[in-house]
Amino acid sequence: MRFLPTGEQRAFARSLDALLTAAGTPSVVRSWSAGHHAAGRALWSRLAEAGVFALAVPEAYEGVGPLPVELAVAFVELGRHAVPGPLVETVLAASLLADVPEQAERLLPRLASGTALATVGAPYALDGDAADVVLTIEDGKVWRSPGCRPGVRPSLDPARRLATPLPGGALLSPAVPPDALARARLATAAQALGVGLALLDKTVAYVKQRVQFGVPVGSFQAVRHRLADAKIALEFARPVLFGAALTMTSADVAAAKAAACEAAYATARTALQLHGAIGYTAEHDLSLWLTKARALRTAWGTPTECRAAVLSGVRPPA
Amino acid sequence: MDLTPSPVDEAFRAEARAWLDAHVPAVPLPSLETEEGFAAHRLWEAELAADRWSVVSWPTAYGGRDSGLIRWLIFEEEYYAAGAPGRVSQNGISLLAPTLFEYGTEEQRSRVLPPMASGEVIWAQAWSEPEAGSDLASLTSKAVRTAGGWLLRGQKTWSSRAAFADRAFGLFRSDPEPAPRSASLTRAVPRSPHQGLVYLMFDLRVAGVTVRPIGRLDGKPAFAELFLDDVFVPDEDVIGEPGQGWRIAMSTAGTERGLTLRSPGRFLAAAARLVELWHARGCPGDVRDRVADALIGARAYQLFTYAGASRFLDGESLGPESSLNKVFWSEYDIALHETALDLLGDEGELADTDWSEGYVFSLAGPVYAGTNEIQRDIIAERLLGLPKGRR
Repeated sequence: MRFLPTGEQRAFARSLDALLTAAGTPSVVRSWSAGHHAAGRALWSRLAEAGVFALAVPEAYEGVGPLPVELAVAFVELGRHAVPGPLVETVLAASLLADVPEQAERLLPRLASGTALATVGAPYALDGDAADVVLTIEDGKVWRSPGCRPGVRPSLDPARRLATPLPGGALLSPAVPPDALARARLATAAQALGVGLALLDKTVAYVKQRVQFGVPVGSFQAVRHRLADAKIALEFARPVLFGAALTMTSADVAAAKAAACEAAYATARTALQLHGAIGYTAEHDLSLWLTKARALRTAWGTPTECRAAVLSGVRPPA
Repeated sequence: MDLTPSPVDEAFRAEARAWLDAHVPAVPLPSLETEEGFAAHRLWEAELAADRWSVVSWPTAYGGRDSGLIRWLIFEEEYYAAGAPGRVSQNGISLLAPTLFEYGTEEQRSRVLPPMASGEVIWAQAWSEPEAGSDLASLTSKAVRTAGGWLLRGQKTWSSRAAFADRAFGLFRSDPEPAPRSASLTRAVPRSPHQGLVYLMFDLRVAGVTVRPIGRLDGKPAFAELFLDDVFVPDEDVIGEPGQGWRIAMSTAGTERGLTLRSPGRFLAAAARLVELWHARGCPGDVRDRVADALIGARAYQLFTYAGASRFLDGESLGPESSLNKVFWSEYDIALHETALDLLGDEGELADTDWSEGYVFSLAGPVYAGTNEIQRDIIAERLLGLPKGRR
């Protein structure tokens, strides 16, 4: 038993962090939000080269997965850098398609290599306007949709563009495999944890340099204690996430989603408060993470649904 | 990343479970904060020790099993899952013993540890004073040099277990020079109040010691005031160098807030009992999320501790990260018990249930072992790198 990332897992996280830092994600996010996908797709290709999407694709289809721990490691970094696009949905689609051989053969190598983006409508299809493959989950069945209606609905997170899939298409599966949904929840939880960690880092940096009353505001106990609480929430969500990646039980994954999303959202509230008015502007890059923390909270399992799943993992006493 | 126990760990778990199945009292012992309960818990310590289960992580020479940290965590999981009694020797085992392992002499270890392991000698903590709480370094109780040892003078308070314990360990000012809290005009460089302290062990049942029990919120004498009037302490009971007391005591505090004060097993068991209670009450929806949070929190605390233990086994020190731990478990413990009392409805206010006993106990958590405000300051300064500010 050694419940820590291996040297390889740490190196993988560091290399993604370096790649995304160099890419300067905020400008990519802003152009993606405006419906310009070129920079986002270029970044997507680089993430694919680094092996991110192959983690969700089985070896039979030119992937290396499923590797949930590595997937969680990667998605923490994607969240930390607010990477736009249907990241979780591509992971979910890879799991859903893996059970349908004729679709899997054609599509999964493309998802692994980053040449295709997938989304899953349930009911909204995240970034349906950019996706090459659109699946839908309706009444517990999985469909391959012919595409999305033109236009998108805005999300609270401007980088999330919510499309509506066209009705009909081909039935892929009469039921959603539980492990596919678990993988989507795990990836969302990891992404949320990364969002929370970034919000904490940015806010700590801000309160060290913002001076009021002649001193950095970070020297005030009211400020320091809110940040300490954010740190506690995030550091206790992290082991729940990686524990879930190891067991992949529905209860553990739901616990990870609830813990990570609560921690990230609480950190977002603290980040907004401690930045003051500048944090409330769309112009400040903090907004890219603030709004994502809210959107991820309800994506692929609301807090209530996740808590119910945690409890259903416990056998009632006989 | 790996959570798979080794075959040796599995065998250890099975052995612990079998022993506990055979020995845990069928009827819960009376509260350990009463005279009768204290005595019953002392006997239970002896029963544990007879089969080497009281201090599994200690070296075998002192009554342990040299189990290592992971197997200690496993033992604790089994211990609380079995519904075994609270540990009346907790202060000695988790606070004094680690200090003796680090700073004590071999003579001290072989004299002090075996009777601690068996419950023959039960230890109280003597740190706080009426005017020195969170600002512990402002303490004024003195240790005055005398032939062959020291004379203790002063007053200690909030001394857990002292109402019935045998001995105590604590911090005293050994340097005769007063330590000013603020810069003195007559001295260019004010002396730090952290200097000139001695960390030592003393008897609670000797001439010069007056113990006045203090009733906690429910009236049970869980702690006490100590009045010390020229209490003689031989040199052999000084831990480390006189003058170095602060550093030595803070190493204890690091251990206390770290991995060993509240084991995850305790909360895993409490959360499981809460879920049972919730089921027994027909799964009411209004507390469902809070019950789920108790399960999530217990899992978080367990896995956080496994990660900490793994880092420790890698040779890293845990240091200020133990402050994260302390705030988390102390607030978690209260929330869990509040949920249970709410679930119990009209029975929630009854003071003679395990849940209410646990609730009253939990309320002290954010205050003792360094208040949560002090812990948040430590997190802010040492983990987040924020500037020091006014407390």
